[in-house]
Amino acid sequence: MITIIDYGAGNIKSIRNMLKKIGVESCISKEPEVIAQASKLILPGVGHFDYGMKSLRTSGLVEVLYQSVMVNKIPILGICLGAQLLGKSSEESEEQGLSWLDMEVVRFDSFRMDESLNVPHMGWNEIKQEKESLLLAGYEEIPKFYFVHTYHMKPIDPSDILTTTNYGYDFTSAVEKDNIFGVQFHPEKSHKFGMKVLMNFSKI
Amino acid sequence: MRRVRVIPVLTIDNGKLVKTIKFKKPNYIGDPVNAVKIFNEKEVDEIVLLDITATKEGREPSYSKIEEICSEAFMPFAYGGGITNMSQIDKLFQLGIEKVILNSVLDQNDQLVKEVTKKFGSQSIVGSIDVKKSIFGKYQVYTKSGSQKAKLGLTDYLKKVLDYGIGELILTSIDNEGTYLDYDFKLVELVSNIAKIPLVACGGANSLGSFKNAIESGASAVAAGSLFVYRGRTNGILINYPSQEDFTSIIFA
Repeated sequence: MITIIDYGAGNIKSIRNMLKKIGVESCISKEPEVIAQASKLILPGVGHFDYGMKSLRTSGLVEVLYQSVMVNKIPILGICLGAQLLGKSSEESEEQGLSWLDMEVVRFDSFRMDESLNVPHMGWNEIKQEKESLLLAGYEEIPKFYFVHTYHMKPIDPSDILTTTNYGYDFTSAVEKDNIFGVQFHPEKSHKFGMKVLMNFSKI
Repeated sequence: MRRVRVIPVLTIDNGKLVKTIKFKKPNYIGDPVNAVKIFNEKEVDEIVLLDITATKEGREPSYSKIEEICSEAFMPFAYGGGITNMSQIDKLFQLGIEKVILNSVLDQNDQLVKEVTKKFGSQSIVGSIDVKKSIFGKYQVYTKSGSQKAKLGLTDYLKKVLDYGIGELILTSIDNEGTYLDYDFKLVELVSNIAKIPLVACGGANSLGSFKNAIESGASAVAAGSLFVYRGRTNGILINYPSQEDFTSIIFA
């Protein structure tokens, strides 16, 4: 059973739809008591870092999540903004992130990019795996995923980088450290490639 | 990596999938849910769903139908039609939609457009702009499914919409829609010179070559309706989409 955290800033419905499609049980919750009991968590997120972090704080979930993830080592998958929130800070916001990973979030650096590339980075793109991972096990072809974002993750410790993706330059498109996973792309909107990620996560 | 998105546009009228020509003569195609299921198998890049009669008939979005369609969409999914206020937009995002498409409100309700891009972020809000040529060949923006001329001319209209922080544009040529006459490349070029945000060309595609030419005219993505629901110009219904190999090897090589 995967518990999807409902803090008012995520496209939780489509994640649930895909989990249902692949036969993985899930529930959606904003109750600290329910989330404390979860054996696996998904932290979704769409929109501004500021808004996401404030919503998490107002929901009173930050402490219970810290206990589950950092103390009890429950696997968590952050998606899009949910992945960025795992870090310490973002150029998008004055708010501090959850700070579970030593990571900052930065805006796409247009000076390093070809003029023809628009920001946000919107569309399908490939990933390059930087280390072995159960999350990305079993692909027979290079997977591609749907991205929509203006900011991207920048881990301080390179060993936290799980995948990179090229958009003007190579940026970190997924991170992994122990029980903490974060993907910039949207597995729930990436056909069979995304189904595989969610299926893999359900088995971790 | 192929960066160009190729997007089927599904137009619905009271929950039924229909296809128009120049925004008129709706022809019944079938059930949109089935179409989306087929598009799943074909691994389409993205889907645009437009309720083309909602605003004209003063109806709200058909939430239950949208939810049903959305639950089968494992690709990015955008919806437009019948949107007049913020609570409707909140509700649509909760149904599992990635992007909300605004058209008539761009002309009618500046305040809402400003608030909505601020609340949900530019990347979630798409502006749909329908353009028709006057008898003198001048481009004019129309809203309400092509039935009402916008207050501003095309250039000013675009500038206004861009100022409000819209993240992406779907540009449809009413004159070419459903005709297989090809995209209005001149229009695409004109708009792409003004709008430095993702631009989706729509209306008139007749082949894979249309896509390539639209991109060369400045579009960053392409959309089509008839091409993906009919088999050739004889108009037998067949939900179809080119294979990934066709895309990469032929068009975007």
